[in-house]
Amino acid sequence: MKAPDFDYVRVPTLAAAFKQLDSGDDVQLLAGGQSLLASLNLRLSQPQKLIDIAHIKGLAGITQGKGLIKIGALTRHCDIETSLLIREKLPLLSMAAPHIAHPAIRNRGTFGGSLALADPAAEWPACCVALNATVVAASRRGERRIAAAEFFQGLYTTALESDEIITSVEIPAPAKGAVAGFSELARRHGDYALVGLAAQGTLLKGRWNALNLVFFGVGDRPILAQAAAQKLMDGEGVKAAQDCIDAALNFSGDDVCSAETRLHLARVLLGRVLGTIKSNTA
Amino acid sequence: MSTLYSIALEVNGLPVSGQVKARTHLIDFLRETLQLTGSHLGCEHGVCGACTIRMDGMAVRGCLTLAVQANGASIETIEGLTESGVIADLQQVFLTRNALQCGFCTPGMLVTCAELLDQNATPTRDEIRAAISGNYCRCTGYHAIVDAVETVAHDRQLKRAAS
Repeated sequence: MKAPDFDYVRVPTLAAAFKQLDSGDDVQLLAGGQSLLASLNLRLSQPQKLIDIAHIKGLAGITQGKGLIKIGALTRHCDIETSLLIREKLPLLSMAAPHIAHPAIRNRGTFGGSLALADPAAEWPACCVALNATVVAASRRGERRIAAAEFFQGLYTTALESDEIITSVEIPAPAKGAVAGFSELARRHGDYALVGLAAQGTLLKGRWNALNLVFFGVGDRPILAQAAAQKLMDGEGVKAAQDCIDAALNFSGDDVCSAETRLHLARVLLGRVLGTIKSNTA
Repeated sequence: MSTLYSIALEVNGLPVSGQVKARTHLIDFLRETLQLTGSHLGCEHGVCGACTIRMDGMAVRGCLTLAVQANGASIETIEGLTESGVIADLQQVFLTRNALQCGFCTPGMLVTCAELLDQNATPTRDEIRAAISGNYCRCTGYHAIVDAVETVAHDRQLKRAAS
C-alpha cells in the first residue's frame, strides 16, 4: 500500500529536532526509514509528521575512544559491516551485520534507528546487550547514558523518553581473550530470525569469563541466558549449558514456531556457536 | 497535511525538480512523475526488491524511500544504468543464460547484482545467493541468475587479467 498522509520536516541540527519533538504534534523520528516506511506503507503507524534527522551532522561514524568504541546513531548497517575497526575490535557486530535484512536495506538503515525501534527479532539490540553497550540519549534536558540491558523494556518499547534522541552507543573495548559468536536461524537469508544468539565473553586457557549469551527473536526483547552462561563459566560443558535453556527463559511461541521448538533451536544454536568459537580459538 | 514539498535532485545525470507530497515514495515519483517506468513496484514494503534503484551510488529500495528524502540526492535507475553501459555485460549475460523470463524482477535484480560485483569481484555461489536474497524472482528459480552473475565475475576477471 501507499503510506498515509503526513507532514515532513528535515532538521539540520539536534536543537531543531528537539524543537520539533516539543511541538506537541504526533511526530515520529525518521532516520534510515527502513522499518518506519514499511510500517507506514502497511498503515501500522499514522504519525502527523516525520522529523527527518538523517542530515544532522556528527551523528554518524565509528570512532575509538579511551577504552571504548563509539558508534554514532546515524551509522548505517553497511558501514558497520565493512568497518575494519569493528572487524578488529568488535567482531560480534561484523558477524551479525550480514544477517540484517538485505544489502539495499543495510545501505539505508541505521544503528540508532534499530535500537530505538527495539524489534525483538533484530540483531543490534541483542549484540548491544551482549557487549554491555551503553546507549547515549540526548534531549533539551541534557545527555544521559542507559545500559543496553535496561534500555530494552519490551515489545518495541525502550527506556527512551518522548523528547529524547539516541545520539550514539558506547561499547567497552574488548578485554584480553575476548571472543564472540553469532548465529541465527531464519527460513530465508535476511528474514527475521526464528531464534538468534549473540555471544560475547572472554576465553583464556579454556576458562570462560564475563560471558553473555543473548537470545533474540524468542520473546519481547533480547533475553540473557544467565544460568547457561554461569554453567560455562563454572567450567561445565556445553551439554550442561544447553540443559539450562529451559522454560524459565519465558520464550514465546507464535504461528510459525512454538516456544518448545524455539527452546530446542536455541540449544542447537548454543552448541553451534560454542563449537565455532572453540574451533576459532583452538 | 497534503502540503507540497519542493525537491531538486539528479536523476540519471540530469537535474530534476518537482513538487511532491511527503507521502510520495521515490519509486512513484520516478515512475509516475518522471515516467521512468523501468524500475518496477511490487510489494511496497521492502520485501520483493523489484523497486531497487541507486541513490548516491548505493542500492536502495524505492518503496522504502520518500521522494522528499531524495532532495539533493543523485539517483540512478535502470534506464540510466543501461544508457551509461556500466552493466551492459551483466545485461547481456542475463539474456544468454536465461536469467530472466517475465522480466519483472530484472531491473532490481540487476542493480543488486551490479553492486555485489562492485564490492566483491569473485563472489561464491553462496555469496551471490545471499546478495540476491532480497530480490524475489518467481520465474527462474534463481539458479540461472546465480549462473549469470558467476559468469560475469569470471569474464570480468579474464578481461582484467588481459588488460
